[in-house]
Amino acid sequence: MRFYEFEAKKLLARHRVPLPGGGTAETPADTRRLAQELGGPVVLKSQVLTGGRMKAGGVRFADSPREAEREAAAILALEIGGQMPRCLLVESKAAVRREYYAGVTYDALAKLPVIIFSDMGGIDIEEVAREHPEHVAKVHFSTLLPVSDYKAKELVRSLGVGGGELTALTTIVTRLARAFVEYDLTLAEINPLGQLEDGSFVALDCHIDMEDEARERHAAVLEKLGISKDEPRQARPPTDFELRGAQVDAVDHRGVAGRVVEFDGDLGLVIGAGGGSLTIFDAIRKHGGRPANYCEIGGNPSVRKAAELTKLILSKPGVDKIAVLMNVVSNTRVDIVARGVVKGVVESGFDPAEKIAIFRIPGAWEEEGFKILRKYGVEYCDRGVSMSEAARRAVEKTKASV
Amino acid sequence: MSILVDGSTTFIIQGITGREAVNMTRECLDYGSKVVGGVTPGRGGRDVYGVPVYDTVREITSQMHVDGAVLAVPPAFVRDAALEALDNGIKLLVIVTERIPRGEVAQVLEYARLQGARVIGPNCLGIISPGKSKMGGIGGPAEDTRKAYRPGPVGVMSRSGGMTTEISNALTAAGLGESTAISIGGDAIIGSTYAELMPLFEADPETKAIVIYSEPGGPMEAQLAEYVQRNGSRLPVVAFMAGRFMDAMPGMRFGHAGTIVEGRQDTAAEKIRRLTEAGISVAEEISDIPKLVKERLGEVA
Repeated sequence: MRFYEFEAKKLLARHRVPLPGGGTAETPADTRRLAQELGGPVVLKSQVLTGGRMKAGGVRFADSPREAEREAAAILALEIGGQMPRCLLVESKAAVRREYYAGVTYDALAKLPVIIFSDMGGIDIEEVAREHPEHVAKVHFSTLLPVSDYKAKELVRSLGVGGGELTALTTIVTRLARAFVEYDLTLAEINPLGQLEDGSFVALDCHIDMEDEARERHAAVLEKLGISKDEPRQARPPTDFELRGAQVDAVDHRGVAGRVVEFDGDLGLVIGAGGGSLTIFDAIRKHGGRPANYCEIGGNPSVRKAAELTKLILSKPGVDKIAVLMNVVSNTRVDIVARGVVKGVVESGFDPAEKIAIFRIPGAWEEEGFKILRKYGVEYCDRGVSMSEAARRAVEKTKASV
Repeated sequence: MSILVDGSTTFIIQGITGREAVNMTRECLDYGSKVVGGVTPGRGGRDVYGVPVYDTVREITSQMHVDGAVLAVPPAFVRDAALEALDNGIKLLVIVTERIPRGEVAQVLEYARLQGARVIGPNCLGIISPGKSKMGGIGGPAEDTRKAYRPGPVGVMSRSGGMTTEISNALTAAGLGESTAISIGGDAIIGSTYAELMPLFEADPETKAIVIYSEPGGPMEAQLAEYVQRNGSRLPVVAFMAGRFMDAMPGMRFGHAGTIVEGRQDTAAEKIRRLTEAGISVAEEISDIPKLVKERLGEVA
């Protein structure tokens, strides 16, 4: 889950990472008041969950409160990457002498967290690593002990930084790493980490991602930041269809019918689970099909859950047929899914033989499942037919009926 | 031969009295696995299909040698269960549980390394050496497991539990069969990557080829490509890449937690390029895999 910059800064403030003075504003009038309070030139930053704000015109400067008010009106009306700003972050604009970079993430191969530091901040760190590798240093640290200052010190020192700058940067980098561990973050990045004319350091911009799985355990902190439990924070806001999909998953605790994502097509998909869904979605597209949705159903869902998901998909305008496809299942019962899907189709007022293009779920209790499908005249196949072939048949049927 | 588990492997199941774990216990016993005990705090003295349940791991390891442990406990208890197994000398952990925050996974893996233990998972279905033993829910009920898996020359490694069985089923149907199939887990950080398991397959005379199932996200496929190139592996590798559609939708989350694409190098297209460059055959369809394996085996012979 990505944080807005203003939330990320509030989180870092809890670990005493130095920040510019400022606050958030939701209207041009608020912005003017805030600029007045701060005094002097200010920077106004659009709060969106995407990069490229500067290029898009979402970051602007103002020398007076009046100018701030005018610029704020422009930024608040500006859509960036499909998102309208949540609010504006208004901060004092300070003269920066030098820009550094500090980031913490996981290294999936070392299976440890890694701190990355550079004395060339303000630009994309991957670009710096490619073009100027001698300006980037990395160090892994243990997850079994509290983060030690010396790790950060060695890291900063390795780029030749000494004196008071070394001690100040060591403190900031260590605090960043501690925040990373404490809040189950997957990315904590300060870029640029600016050194001001008076020699002090401030985090000018930062980017923080928290592990989705850890949101619950940090509920108290998230609540303080104003992030509600149900806010999905995907790359684009969820559609109404997707929100209803999340409700289906919550009907009971048995199995999952999750990650419902809406697409434009005419073929509804009841597919599972993680890997199987990816494989089937590719196969449908490869055969020229147009999926109406993505989803992941599995983990032995109840009849009710499978039925509700089916009903949701059939309620979507433009959905002509549904395909029920899975890999050979280990812990999902074929008969339960068959019963649920048929129930969902019937309750939606359709004929299963006509609406279900194909049913391909081989595995436990398949004979019982196939019995139900035969009774309703639904085309089904077992493991003798590949996932891709089953997908192809579903696409052909959908095309034929249009 | 096979790797990691064979007919003599003894293991325990932590969280054995949970609903899914009870089913898994039954499936493993029916398949012939040696499940020597289970652990659920507060439930000591009961049994699950004849497998005695204890309150602590130590009550089992103090009586006998135990090779492995399957962890089927809720996410909040995984770290504790893993440390308990490791501190009691168990050297092979299969972590079935999903939705464990990375920080805790990293702690478990770091501690396991210090103890010289191997971890498979988290977020996996386990390991099977067909005809010998299975450790975890892989393949489902024994009868279904026997349909999908047969002893044979192919080592299978997959980031998806379900697709481990789908691919093995295709190999079995084509008369090939598997030496050992491993559901390595769908998370961003897992105990054993493809490249880390390769030396075990290399050392197994029964294994003649490798099939992997891969997804967008993470550096594991690039690591395998590098391993194969650098070590001149004797084993031909065939890969299947799912989630190609995700390349057009950066930032959206599909499939496993580990599929999040963070940079250009972890897209499906880039991984296919990298694997191909290393001489790994990338199958367009699951049903093409057996043919490619046979071709590659012919090449070797």
